[in-house]
Amino acid sequence: MKSLYENEMKLEFLSKSNNEAFARISVAAFASQLDPTIEEMADIKTAVSEAVTNSIVHGYENMNGMVKIICKIFANCIEIEISDTGKGIENVEMARKPLYTSKPNLERSGMGFTIMESFMDEVSVESVFGLGTKVTMKKFIKKEELKENTEEMELANLGGR
Amino acid sequence: MNSKYIQEDKLLLLQITEEIDHHTTEDIRRKADNEITRYMPRKVIFDFGMVTFMDSAGIGMLIGRYKIVKTFGGSIEMINVKPSVRKIFEMSGVLKIVPIRKDIEFKVS
Repeated sequence: MKSLYENEMKLEFLSKSNNEAFARISVAAFASQLDPTIEEMADIKTAVSEAVTNSIVHGYENMNGMVKIICKIFANCIEIEISDTGKGIENVEMARKPLYTSKPNLERSGMGFTIMESFMDEVSVESVFGLGTKVTMKKFIKKEELKENTEEMELANLGGR
Repeated sequence: MNSKYIQEDKLLLLQITEEIDHHTTEDIRRKADNEITRYMPRKVIFDFGMVTFMDSAGIGMLIGRYKIVKTFGGSIEMINVKPSVRKIFEMSGVLKIVPIRKDIEFKVS
């Protein structure tokens, strides 16, 4: 059976805050097969950390629940879907605004979605109040170096003939 | 987190040694506030030289400490901020109240 994607992984873990590091490191390890730059890797890790933290802090409000991550790789793109079955977001448009936070007393900066949007190429948020939230993000990894290398190899092959 | 207080300058150096996210800021915040309230420094300098990762939790942590230090007339500065960390601070506008200093080298040990 031919898969629609070149590679895929699923990860589920309890909504404990010490899993934030586990989540971003796992996704980064999976993304490493696309050979991202250090900066691209940092962008992915930060965006994952923001989405997972949102699920833990806002979705489940520090109660126990499962956070699910599905990563898909196709061509030079990684798609990361992070979902929870927590309380959902009442007003997604409001939540995505820079500096907006529903929990100012917890020293939350309100920059989570803004960071996801600026560090990733595409971000979509689906949420049903009372049922949960799903954040889907895409990042296209530039492959300039790889392209140059293959061109060089082709040229070398031609020269050898 | 490592800390060092320089009495003659009323300067508190706080070197963060861990990745900064929602989970770790709880601990960083507690330790930093402990030192800040103990010395009431005129200036607090956060050393980010060992910070390899930071998400938006770092912004909230920094603003929170700024508010505390400000209550007794002190200020906060940062040193050794890596580009990936700087990018997040730049987006938030926090650099207007907590500037990055380049011209000083401190060793916290």
